[in-house]
Amino acid sequence: MRPLEGSSRGNLKIYLGYAAGVGKTFQMLLDARDLAQQGGDVVVAYFEPHERPDTIAQVQGLEAVPHRKIVYRDRVFEEMDADTVLRRKPQIALVDELAHTNIPGSERAKRWEDVQLVLEAGIEVWTTMNVQHIESLNDQVWQITGIQVRETVPDWVVRQAAEIVAVDVTPEALLNRLKRGAVYKPEMIERALAGFFKGSNLGALRELTLRQAAHEVDVRQFAFDETSGFQVPRISESRIGQVRPETAKERILIHITADASTAMLIRRGRRVADYLQADCLALFVHKTPELADLSLAEREAVEKHLRFARSLRIETQVLAGKDVPQTVVDFARRNQVTQIFVARSRGRPFELLLGRNYGEAIVRSAHDLQVTVVADRTRKKGF
Amino acid sequence: MRVSELLRPSPERLLLQAQAEETKQWGARLKIFLGYAPGVGKSYRMLDEARRRHERGEDVVVGAVQGRRSEEVQTILSKLESIPPVETAGGQAMDVEAILRRAPQVCVVDPLAAQNPIGSRNMYRWRDVQELLRNGVSVLTSVNLLHVAEYKEKVQAITGRDTTETIPKSFLLSADDIVIVDVPTDLCLWRLGAKLTTIGISNYQERQLSELRELALLLTAEVVDAQLESYVQTHGIEPVFGTQERFLICLTPNSNAKAMIESGRRNKERFQGELYVIYVRQPNLSKKDSSRISEYLESARQAGATAEVLESDDPIEAVIEFAHRKRITQIFIGHGSHENWRNRLFGDPILRLIRATEGIDVRVFPH
Repeated sequence: MRPLEGSSRGNLKIYLGYAAGVGKTFQMLLDARDLAQQGGDVVVAYFEPHERPDTIAQVQGLEAVPHRKIVYRDRVFEEMDADTVLRRKPQIALVDELAHTNIPGSERAKRWEDVQLVLEAGIEVWTTMNVQHIESLNDQVWQITGIQVRETVPDWVVRQAAEIVAVDVTPEALLNRLKRGAVYKPEMIERALAGFFKGSNLGALRELTLRQAAHEVDVRQFAFDETSGFQVPRISESRIGQVRPETAKERILIHITADASTAMLIRRGRRVADYLQADCLALFVHKTPELADLSLAEREAVEKHLRFARSLRIETQVLAGKDVPQTVVDFARRNQVTQIFVARSRGRPFELLLGRNYGEAIVRSAHDLQVTVVADRTRKKGF
Repeated sequence: MRVSELLRPSPERLLLQAQAEETKQWGARLKIFLGYAPGVGKSYRMLDEARRRHERGEDVVVGAVQGRRSEEVQTILSKLESIPPVETAGGQAMDVEAILRRAPQVCVVDPLAAQNPIGSRNMYRWRDVQELLRNGVSVLTSVNLLHVAEYKEKVQAITGRDTTETIPKSFLLSADDIVIVDVPTDLCLWRLGAKLTTIGISNYQERQLSELRELALLLTAEVVDAQLESYVQTHGIEPVFGTQERFLICLTPNSNAKAMIESGRRNKERFQGELYVIYVRQPNLSKKDSSRISEYLESARQAGATAEVLESDDPIEAVIEFAHRKRITQIFIGHGSHENWRNRLFGDPILRLIRATEGIDVRVFPH
């Protein structure tokens, strides 16, 4: 609510939940009404009613900016209208569902991109999202729930937020809401109960949300100290006299290949780098100078992986080298890398003999470095 | 590993379950609203739930309520039946006897951490709550992080506030439901009377609150994890991996234990995870090596790790079994463990470990 000193960018606040129906939007609207009553200039830039009466009641009395209507395949869709929000220039704009993908024909592909525009105009944005939409958690969520989430938000967008609020409710209460029809329409309830909302999923996602929120609070405590130029210990630590020792900064290198598991590797590397506050880079090595050793499909896959890494703000490099594992290890040594992330081979030991199992070859040749063989977090059948 | 081995509940678990069932009458549930500081609105959230339950036809009474009440809280209280406190020589206390006579479905008890006057039937209010639960009355209650005994010192170190009224953390862990009432620190300060629009509400106050917030979120995560584990046990399904980072360091006499333990400590701290250190006992260990191992295990314990010595003819198998049992997400192992790999390409123990732990990250450390 207070602008950061010396910056004209608007603050971002995220209400973080673990499933549809936990009450993210409700809580956001409740806080917004509170503020509006105190004279705050709040508008609803995008609101998804989902036909939930309790939530709809909360939006009454708040000023709404008209949505943009887009015709796609003979149907009319509504999206947030960033231009209208900018013209209206409120103090605070509420934007539901940050992870939303805009309908084709919209100016920007993702809602979080629209939000960037609004923030850049100096408008504060409050928004909602679920933990499973955080990009680097995608595989972990898959591992836990068996469901792969398609709509994601890059971690750096979440990191921009001045504040993350956990919206917590017990799974039991959530299931009651669901069964009462307060979350989904009747025809969708059965499907929800058998899928995302089943058994231990909710508890696990809830734990993930609480830990993520705690981590977000934690990193923001470090951010406080940047102004002074040196690390101020936490209040609790300075009082009891235990200041954390300075540790050398880690540098993480992700080895990119054409293999589909690379996406998982990139997400995991990004996440670990974030938690350890480490630098993160990615490297692809091909055997011939002109990439001639790659088939078209492989080449496309590699380019996709490099783009994906860059979208998560990972610096990428492409090198040629006859001996791929050795080139990776040499690069790591030259660039003060402390940890190399490699993919797990998919159970084809003969590849080792053919010299194609780069991960294991890197483990064996990088005796002076830490090498992390990343887990395959896709869920197995019958798990 | 066979699934049946994974799912057999430990004797400790069975004992805990039996104890939990003894303390509660069938159907009575304890729900706790946890806040990180005064002003987050936990009483309101709790009473709002009481109101909604009352409107849905549940039989709800208010057994105890905070002295300081906001307007919204007053409005809700006016709609609910209250059982007045009992007057004792030492002061007022919740009237447990009257509540039990009235025998409602649900009773609101706010706050949870209170000491009863001398001469009351129970010394602490959380004991009153246990009595209500034993008699089939569900309880909605709220507590502030400061009042959780195990957190008292930490909170005091941050805020300077102290208290004599505490509840044990084990009581929180025994709750059927726990909900954290999380609000942004600025909103919390605002509710406590700070002016929101001015730049620079004391940065210090915000830092205090954000440290408390982190503690409260992690405490709730811990309770949720314990509930998840017992759910998994009672429903006989596979353990859930990956909600919390759990690191496992495998020690050998030749491994660079210092680097692994230091990294483990740092990872545990940054990820707010758990750290395990194991050593699989080797036959014919020299005196020097075995004293080195004891040293490593001791420094691991000091780094906050749970250290264990395992017995097995097959060290890698023991590591794999342990990792699955403890829901490990990352294994740290030294390069030293696969010396002479050239001589036994397919027998390399590290590669064997990597191949047998598909769902776990394996981090190989230099000597």
